[in-house]
Amino acid sequence: MAKSDVKVLGAWPSPYVMRARIALNIKSVEYELLEETFAPKSQLLLQSNPVHKKIPVLIHGDKPVCESLIIVEYIDEVWASGPSILPSNPLDRATARFWAAYVDEKWFPSLRGIGAAQEDEARKAAIEQVAEGLSQMEEAFQKTSKGKDFFSGDKIGYLDIAFGCFLGWLRVTEKMNGVKFLDEAKIPGLVKWAEKFSADPAVKDVMPETDKLAEVAKIIMARLRAAGASK
Amino acid sequence: MADEVVLLDFWPSPFGMRLRIALAEKGIEYEYKDEDLRNKSPLLLQMNPVHKKIPVLIHNGKPVCESLVALQYIDEVWNDKAPLLPSDSYLRAQARFWADFVDKKIYDIGRKLWTTKGEEYDAAKKDFLDCIGLLEGELGDKSFFGGETLGFVDVALIPFYSWFLVYEKSGNLSVEAEHPKFIAWVKRCMEKESVSKSLPEQEKVYDFAMLIRKKHGIE
Repeated sequence: MAKSDVKVLGAWPSPYVMRARIALNIKSVEYELLEETFAPKSQLLLQSNPVHKKIPVLIHGDKPVCESLIIVEYIDEVWASGPSILPSNPLDRATARFWAAYVDEKWFPSLRGIGAAQEDEARKAAIEQVAEGLSQMEEAFQKTSKGKDFFSGDKIGYLDIAFGCFLGWLRVTEKMNGVKFLDEAKIPGLVKWAEKFSADPAVKDVMPETDKLAEVAKIIMARLRAAGASK
Repeated sequence: MADEVVLLDFWPSPFGMRLRIALAEKGIEYEYKDEDLRNKSPLLLQMNPVHKKIPVLIHNGKPVCESLVALQYIDEVWNDKAPLLPSDSYLRAQARFWADFVDKKIYDIGRKLWTTKGEEYDAAKKDFLDCIGLLEGELGDKSFFGGETLGFVDVALIPFYSWFLVYEKSGNLSVEAEHPKFIAWVKRCMEKESVSKSLPEQEKVYDFAMLIRKKHGIE
């Protein structure tokens, strides 16, 4: 299909947008990245995602697909001849989807909680939560990888994408809080996995540089603190 | 070897009801176990150690947690009858989107309808009706979200109808008055045995909710 037939409406710092781009890269699908402007949100965004008005949106032909994990599954199904993103066994699929939901509903909010914390006590508690979540993910990794490099086995798949997209933000959080999350002593499997994932051909060009992301983080954190302070 | 299916559930849970409906639609025999959530069974803690929540589908000893994950699992394993997701990839993405929308909105906003007052309640009421309106728009002229038969979104959404007496009685709310097409869809769903047998009576759910409200001192 021609490049213009597949568009990703997104923004380079967004881990959710990364998911869509990695999936397209795995399938070797050429696409056009449309950087969303925000403030105000573009007409295209409001039209293609009227319900949530959020990125990423995958626009295939003229049809929009919203919600990053739904986009990843869509890409896997449409470009079925490329390498599989979801496992083929229904129980393995359910396990992958379960952990992706855990990452989205529990783990990443706890990471965001560090930036939003107003005092030291709250920040320490949030850091503890993130570390606990990582132990949980280490266990999941040991179980699902079955000794191989990735959650999905030999090649990156659904859960690698769902979790790995947050590595940039995890590294930024480490830097800005002087804390080491990716600790070999505590989560050896994940530390190795993080390196391999970041270096994967489908990932390396869309993984944002930690320093650039740190600049964005400073702006976001200032906004969060202002919002918290004004309550 | 015969399939062994166990459902760990809690009778008023809309999330549990989703799985009851799906299993009934597919004609799957299973053992239903009602949990006392104040005293969770060792089985529940073993099968869902991460969240310790119901529903949990246990298939031949292996647990599947999170209701929409379990719904897809049921659809994929028992794929010979009553498909919940369509075969077209774009329509599948749309179905997943709207089921996700139900998850993000209906439960939390619905909860506010019977646990809050004043401004917070008014905002929740508006939000709730807006969401129902959006869902009504997505349904359009179809009999069900799944077309002619119950689909993924129908199964994800209809359980919340068992909570409508709770949502409506707690304030001055009538979904039918604002969105009659939505209630027409509800009635079509309730005509199906798989649905009517899976949902508890609204009065029973109402009594349960009022007990919870009293217990937590929310009046």
